[in-house]
Amino acid sequence: MGNEIWIVALLLSQALLLPIAQAAEPHTERISGSAGDVLEDDPVGRLKVFVYNLPRKYNKKMVDKDSRCLTHMFATEIFMHRFLLSSPVRTLDPEEADWFYTPVYTTCDLTPGGHPLPFKSPRIMRSAIQYVAMNWPYWNRTDGADHFFVTPHDFGACFHYQEETAIQRGILHLLKRATLVQTFGQRNHVCLKEGSITVPPYAPPQKMQAHLVSPSTPRSIFVYFRGLFYDVNNDPEGGYYARGARASVWENFKSNPLFDISTDHPPTYYEDMQRSVFCLCPLGWAPWSPRLVEAVVFGCIPVIIADDIVLPFADAIPWEEIAVFVAEKDVPSLDTILTSIPAEVILRKQRLLANPSMKQAMLFPQPAQAGDAFHQILNGLARKLPHDRSVYLKPGEKVLNWTAGPIGDLKPW
Amino acid sequence: MFHSNHGTRRSAAAVRSSTSGGLEGGGVGSPAASSASEGSSFRPSASTFWLLLHGLCCLISLFLGFRFSRLIFVLLFSNTIYTYTTTTTTTITSTRTETLTVSFPLTHTPPIETAVKPNNSAIELSDKMLNQGSSHSQVVVGRHGIRIRPWPHPDPTEVMRAHQIIVRVQQEQRKWYGVKSPRPLIVITPTYARTFQALHLTGLIHCLRNVPYPVTWIVVEAGGVTNETASLLARSRVQFLHIPFHEKMPVEWAERHLTENRMRLLGLRVIRERNMDGIVLFADDSNVHSLDLFDEIQKVQWMGSVSVGILAHSGGPDRTLLTEDEKLNPPIPVQGPACNSSGHLIGWHTFNSIPYSEKSATFVGESATVLPGKMEWSGFVFNARMIWKEAEEGRPEWVKDLDKIGENGEEIESPLALVNDASFVEPLGDCGKKVMLWWMRVEARADSKFPPGWIIDPPLEIVVPSKRTPWQESDDLAGGKLEQDDRRFTRPKSRSSSKRKNTLPGQDN
Repeated sequence: MGNEIWIVALLLSQALLLPIAQAAEPHTERISGSAGDVLEDDPVGRLKVFVYNLPRKYNKKMVDKDSRCLTHMFATEIFMHRFLLSSPVRTLDPEEADWFYTPVYTTCDLTPGGHPLPFKSPRIMRSAIQYVAMNWPYWNRTDGADHFFVTPHDFGACFHYQEETAIQRGILHLLKRATLVQTFGQRNHVCLKEGSITVPPYAPPQKMQAHLVSPSTPRSIFVYFRGLFYDVNNDPEGGYYARGARASVWENFKSNPLFDISTDHPPTYYEDMQRSVFCLCPLGWAPWSPRLVEAVVFGCIPVIIADDIVLPFADAIPWEEIAVFVAEKDVPSLDTILTSIPAEVILRKQRLLANPSMKQAMLFPQPAQAGDAFHQILNGLARKLPHDRSVYLKPGEKVLNWTAGPIGDLKPW
Repeated sequence: MFHSNHGTRRSAAAVRSSTSGGLEGGGVGSPAASSASEGSSFRPSASTFWLLLHGLCCLISLFLGFRFSRLIFVLLFSNTIYTYTTTTTTTITSTRTETLTVSFPLTHTPPIETAVKPNNSAIELSDKMLNQGSSHSQVVVGRHGIRIRPWPHPDPTEVMRAHQIIVRVQQEQRKWYGVKSPRPLIVITPTYARTFQALHLTGLIHCLRNVPYPVTWIVVEAGGVTNETASLLARSRVQFLHIPFHEKMPVEWAERHLTENRMRLLGLRVIRERNMDGIVLFADDSNVHSLDLFDEIQKVQWMGSVSVGILAHSGGPDRTLLTEDEKLNPPIPVQGPACNSSGHLIGWHTFNSIPYSEKSATFVGESATVLPGKMEWSGFVFNARMIWKEAEEGRPEWVKDLDKIGENGEEIESPLALVNDASFVEPLGDCGKKVMLWWMRVEARADSKFPPGWIIDPPLEIVVPSKRTPWQESDDLAGGKLEQDDRRFTRPKSRSSSKRKNTLPGQDN
């Protein structure tokens, strides 16, 4: 008798509290993507990940050699490894694991200037996979279909910075069946595999938090962009870099007072983004850039100028409702497009951006926090479970061809 | 992102050939064009024709200094009407191999990528691109045109729309992050008609118009209501009350300060009579305010104090006359509340006027430093209910009744005379650390003249000399010429346009 009263009271209090909690913060809005309201899902308990113990030369030794790997925009692979080692989804028993993670840092071979060289990355990856296949039976069990890899480089697992060469190489053959977690995403492109999880590039969260200003600072800049329009070192005439889109932005809007665009990099870059209504995120040599992360964190509506791009966590975040997409051929009429968006739509986008779970989902904080990008990756992996029966190969069946690919890749590392 | 210079730096000649070769469909992909153009035989064949064309284009480009063939191809093949692509001039050496991909919709096979690679892989590559499974993919790797519209300048209607969007966004921001229940402001300004009045009042009017809260402006004018002030206020689009004050403004600074105090008290009495509600702020017409000030004073409960920056130095030669003692202890130019470490008011910073005691201005318009009073009125704000007649509930006992102030004829030097206990004053602006308004007194000479309403009517007759007048080197000539011009102004009838040499100004009629 008493128990029933308690239960009823509990239910009533829940019902009363929910609307109050929502009414208290009406300047944000809940985000629900095509997979549903999944940004705040907790992956713990929904999947188990086994982390292979690879020799130091695949991971720690590379970081020790050059610690710049920890701060550049490809640092996702390193931080994902560290997160998984201490996460509750990690299991030490591979028999009960749903997913297997191979911690190999393929983007940590840096030039003196700090740019990663991808020339050895295919060999490093091959070598890691061979090690895993020889020492554990789980790779051969499915030919890698329940394994996932983090490949944050420009064109993902195509392992090249130049698009033509990357397309020609294609995704490394051995990764044909594995799931790739990568920053690159473009529809109908060789380097984006079906079933990949697109993640945001790494941007240091502390640096961005340090530059937050009061949200009551009035937004007085209409469109903001800082970056190159012409890459004079590699493409002096324009037309190659960004498929001519950035150059088009400059030529059309350099005299427009609504557009605060320049190549200058001021110390108040982050503060200025918080004073802008729109932030341009055009493609560069690759379609993605850390600008998207910065725009989301600072509440500036991102204007994506990259045809066919696949944005991070596209099934969890409804990007069409949050960002403005402009086709590259429409860049000359960008001012007309942006000024003809109704004010209510703009305010709604700002409300969606103000949602703290949106900002959390774009960041890789250390230590990891609930709802951040690490958790979204795990959520994405959990949504792909359970594995189809067909991924488990019958004994003796082999799908991968270990000698496929350019000859240079077959050299051991 | 690291991107190496893909091709080696080649001469323009080689590039031109590969460019046109690329457009042909990858057939002639040989980069060794220099030999090709020279070694061409004269067999009548299509390849010879192309080679000759290459050679011609190379020669023309060598002379012109930019990629001539590209321009030709673009003009020939571009069929969009309203967009066109730029060609920028480049130096001959900075080249790389590339493909010409023109900006028209892809209705046929996309052009092949780099022509550097041998034919087979190029064709294979195109097949691979097509076999992506969709013919809808219009994203092609390679060189694209830079689209520029014919009139790349802002459209005024769009600019207005953008501004309306910004206004709406800022309204929303204020709604969520700004002051929650803003109270109206009552601004008291003592003024009088003089040369610089239009200068000062215009600045103040623009400031008040940008304040996002309802403002009632009480303008107390010394010497009664004048047309000058009335016309300025009428155009201001701020809600105002124009109150006459029976005395004329005196010429000495000390007297002027006291008169202004009396004018402010008159303003306070008006508020009391009409029971106006809101926050009272004293804005002197020559002060400079920041918009943050108006947001900050919304926090006041009964009486608050902000820091006032004192801009006493008028920028004249006074600056160099600092004594050694002053250089060691520079006068702190801020008046305002002083707090202890826990944020409680313990005293006041005042302007140290001792260094200026000999050098300060006594008459309005004198070019010397004007000193502020001990505590400027503009640094204090209070709740209008504090001076209402009826003892409102919540009105503190430490406030004196307004009627009792000044009844004995004593002068009111600062608003602290309105209260019994100054320790109840709230320090605002991060305990006085943030300076949001600046006190400044800049005036022209008291006897200086200015056109009424600053409108020149009838228009001046300006006489232009017939000969172009050279820039005068010496002062004597300049003085003579000026006097001649002056005299032309005063006697408009005698408009002579010829210059008369050797005529002393006094003899001219």
